[in-house]
Amino acid sequence: MAVPKHKVSRSNTRKRRSQWKASAPTLRACPNRACREMKPPHVACPSCGQYKGRQVSSPA
Amino acid sequence: MPSPTKGPRLGGSPSHQRLILANLATALFEHGRITTTEAKAKRVQPLAERLITKATKGDLHNRREVLKTIRDKDVVHKLFAEIGPFFSDRPGGYTRVTKTMPRKGDNAQMAVIELVNEKTATSEAEAARGTKFAKDQQATAGSSQQSSETAEAAAGSEEASAAESASETSEAESTSDEDTENKDQS
Repeated sequence: MAVPKHKVSRSNTRKRRSQWKASAPTLRACPNRACREMKPPHVACPSCGQYKGRQVSSPA
Repeated sequence: MPSPTKGPRLGGSPSHQRLILANLATALFEHGRITTTEAKAKRVQPLAERLITKATKGDLHNRREVLKTIRDKDVVHKLFAEIGPFFSDRPGGYTRVTKTMPRKGDNAQMAVIELVNEKTATSEAEAARGTKFAKDQQATAGSSQQSSETAEAAAGSEEASAAESASETSEAESTSDEDTENKDQS
């Protein structure tokens, strides 16, 4: 079985992990005038349950 | 010849995928709206639409073809008694997939697949007027009026009277056309 030859230094570990970045999700305001919550585009609104004026799921 | 689905099957094997899709279609016809993963919703949509098309035909052969997929006779009865007649004037597009928020736990893309409850705008307008498309109606009416005009011209002995009748009919045609146009606008 292959094993590492050298211990990875604290510096190299931290440099590698510095590249782990989170990105902000794309959000748009719900087109329902009574709601206006921020939601991902092309998805039924999680707070009012509407999509393009149709009630898709029960509101939270 | 239909090309096979690319990529891995749902559930792992072809038979398992058939069972999953048949069960999803059964649940969809039973409840009218189901929440599932987006991949499954998109895969069950063509199967469900084919079954509804068979239900709109409504004869015994198509019922037996549907029973090959949906093994629940109560659901097949509902499909042929309620869902098929409701969609009889819709040329396909019986279901709608709407994406919803990802699932808690595995963050899977989720979607709602539902039977379309609304009638189409053209079918509603035809039901309100009690007629077919305005274009088809005008074409048939115009041909009948032309045939009557030729019959009058052949029967009429005096040319002047025939010309007068022709002008009268043309005026009547123009008014009737205006009426139909007004109806279309309204």
